[in-house]
Amino acid sequence: MSTSLGRYNYDVVVIGAGGAGLRAAVEAREAGLSVAIICKSLFGKAHTVMAEGGVSASMGNVNSDDNWMVHFRDTMRGGKFLNHFRMAELHAKEAPDRVWELETWGALFDRTKDGKISQRNFGGHEYPRLAHVGDRTGLELIRTMQQRIVAMQQKDARDHGDAEKFIRVFAELTITEILKDNEKVSGVYGYWRETGEEVLFTAPAVIVATGGIGKTFKITSNSWEGTGDGHALVLKAGGRLKDMEFIQFHPTGMVWPPSVRGLLVTESVRGDGGVLTNSDGVRFMFNYIPDVFKDKYADNEAEADRWYTDQTNNRRPPELLPRDEVARAINSEVKAGRGTEHGGVFLDVSKRLPADVIKKKLPSMWHQFYELAGVDITKEAMEVGPTCHYVMGGVDVDPDTAAAIGVPGLFAAGEVAAGMHGSNRLGGNSLSDLLVFGRRAGIGAAEYVKSSGKNPVSDASIKRAQEKVAKPFTQAGGENPYTLHHELQELTQSLVGIIRTKVELEEALKKIAELRNRIAKVSVAGGREFNPGFHLSFDLDNMLLVAESTALAGLTREESRGGHTRDDFPTMNPVWRQSNLICTFDGTKVGVEKIPLPVMRKDLFELFDIHELEKYMTPEEIAMGGIN
Amino acid sequence: MGRILNLRIFRGNAADGGLADVAVEAMEGEVILDVIHRVQAEQMNDLAVRWNCKAGKCGSCSMEINGKPRLACMTRVASFEDGETITITPLRAFPVIKDLVTDVSFNYKKAMEVRAYEHPVDLKPGDARMQQIDVERSQEFRKCIECFLCQDTCHVIRDHEENKKSFAGPRFFIRLAELDMHPLDTVRNRKQSAQAEHGLGMCNITKCCTEVCPEHIRITDNAIIPMKERVVDVKYDPLRWLGSVIRKRDGIL
Repeated sequence: MSTSLGRYNYDVVVIGAGGAGLRAAVEAREAGLSVAIICKSLFGKAHTVMAEGGVSASMGNVNSDDNWMVHFRDTMRGGKFLNHFRMAELHAKEAPDRVWELETWGALFDRTKDGKISQRNFGGHEYPRLAHVGDRTGLELIRTMQQRIVAMQQKDARDHGDAEKFIRVFAELTITEILKDNEKVSGVYGYWRETGEEVLFTAPAVIVATGGIGKTFKITSNSWEGTGDGHALVLKAGGRLKDMEFIQFHPTGMVWPPSVRGLLVTESVRGDGGVLTNSDGVRFMFNYIPDVFKDKYADNEAEADRWYTDQTNNRRPPELLPRDEVARAINSEVKAGRGTEHGGVFLDVSKRLPADVIKKKLPSMWHQFYELAGVDITKEAMEVGPTCHYVMGGVDVDPDTAAAIGVPGLFAAGEVAAGMHGSNRLGGNSLSDLLVFGRRAGIGAAEYVKSSGKNPVSDASIKRAQEKVAKPFTQAGGENPYTLHHELQELTQSLVGIIRTKVELEEALKKIAELRNRIAKVSVAGGREFNPGFHLSFDLDNMLLVAESTALAGLTREESRGGHTRDDFPTMNPVWRQSNLICTFDGTKVGVEKIPLPVMRKDLFELFDIHELEKYMTPEEIAMGGIN
Repeated sequence: MGRILNLRIFRGNAADGGLADVAVEAMEGEVILDVIHRVQAEQMNDLAVRWNCKAGKCGSCSMEINGKPRLACMTRVASFEDGETITITPLRAFPVIKDLVTDVSFNYKKAMEVRAYEHPVDLKPGDARMQQIDVERSQEFRKCIECFLCQDTCHVIRDHEENKKSFAGPRFFIRLAELDMHPLDTVRNRKQSAQAEHGLGMCNITKCCTEVCPEHIRITDNAIIPMKERVVDVKYDPLRWLGSVIRKRDGIL
């Protein structure tokens, strides 16, 4: 057991230093609170840097017809109307302010001819809406907020003589537990990755901003950090996870070479003119336009191609359908034997744009294919296929304050939170989500702290947390964490993947239960000092809880919608749309229950064409027409 | 099909350590980070290595491969000869923590010393108008993924611990250049501060930093040299010197 427990006191602890965490930290500090930012990696390496396409905000810089109502409609449509309407509303209304605010902190977005922030087309967005910096928009967001935090620290140094007096970044630190005393949050417990020494943070409010769960799957675009830590921490702290069956498989991940399988190929390739073809050379997406989208997407090549230059008089190319549709289409083509040599389809931009334009608009993509696959995308087609990219499900939160339902003092924002994207997220809505709700979580936590006051951590809570950290070293003869991780990934990939069935999901749950027993006995070689095997032993437990939640919710939801496709229930069911699934954890296994989806407000209901809503809702809901 | 690679990997910490020989299978299309992970999973469970995105976008897996500062995720196994022994060591300019992981806190301290961007007080959010050509100059430097390979290779600090105090290094020269060329930043004298406070004068433009930059940022040509030239301009041109003193601001815009 650690002899010298590091102890820190803060008003707010933010777990995660990606876009949502940093935005929350900035807001909480501006509200006058002291803030600790905790990241598993070095500062500035968060998965947000991988976001390529852009940040969606209806600024209307490229097409002045755009506004928050159009953005709201697109978001609800993309999520198949399972979104929490209030989150989609707040997001659409506040996104432009959040983007402009970044500019006041030094961000440099690409420009339109008249000097405004440029906006690009993306799947599911009616107008050009994504503010961008080439194809490295996420990096720009992270750097801007990282530098904003440095600016705040410089100010604290000038005003108070200590740069880290009110806001400090704790890099390479893993949180193992959210502590509760008196039925509310009292702090967090963890260890420094560098030394293995343990750390206690006392804080009445904790903001979880830990991102995604991709590493639960074998083929993923996520970095090693996407191990569902926040999802699991919240479950264990008595919080609820919502919509965990909805996982987005991005349609275009690299499929070759094997070492980069899953690595993302940005949607901008399609937004800028790239087309998908199968091994017969057929542009197959025209065969996969669902009825609900028939009036918005072109059913012939001529019209689709005209759209790039005239968006008013033509329907969009079907390559720009929401991600779930494109991923399923690619999956079907490959299964039907029309895939490429390495099990993908072709994505070609080389015949559509001049080489210099490709290099200018898609510099990282050119670089990525040239250096990692030996493919020059200005001359050849890319091979692409679906990759686990994003989890729509997560912590069940209050839309306005980002407070986690059921755990006073706990907040969540960004990918780890649920509700905003419904059953499927639109590209570009992630970066705007983390800005809008990161800020709201910061405000929510600040208001909570001001009214609740301190909540000291009890010795009993500390003792429990300490025993857990010591455990992997005290049990000899258990299995190697790398092997167990590999098995978990194989299991989820084959049984809880892009197409699911009852039989497979039941088998998955049985295997997960077996894995739980083995993971409980995992043993770790070596010491505590920067030991990746030790680190993975904690991540494993988190990924297991995520996999169990996804399998259980997936088994329960007997329909196909967005990021959840059941081979045995292949269509959307309007009755199922009226429910969310909630997962909780009793300490030994995950449970699931159905709760009603909040009914949309009348004024928002009326933003839609009634005939569109009829495709998603029951006649009773249509007759009711929303509530006041 | 796989081939067997012979690696020599540094194992140890600041107090003690040495190169360990290990043979590992490498598959078609793999990069050095893949084989390090295979070694970790199968032979050395506690081998310490930093990595995140495995796509050359986060700058975490910086190390020295056959003595050259590289990102392990962007170094293809196919670029080495059959039978060649590949030596993998931590960044030399920074203290070792364990195995391939070094203490890079020097860079975060230097980041704190660069005065932050300041937005014009009267320019409201959404009102900024800038031309693409004007933002591109700074955008080149904002591509930086903070892998710190340029810092590692820079001979001013690589073997000269004593210079670290007064030298910010190439990563922060491009940060200063970025702010200097930023169309909206209101802080004046960025160049002079680069010279007076961040050690720009110690750089003798050998371009080592540019050569190792995985983002291909032209650190020397586009950031360091232009700043040096203009610092010299102001310092030695009597009229400009006088002008800068009278107006208390940068001589050149």
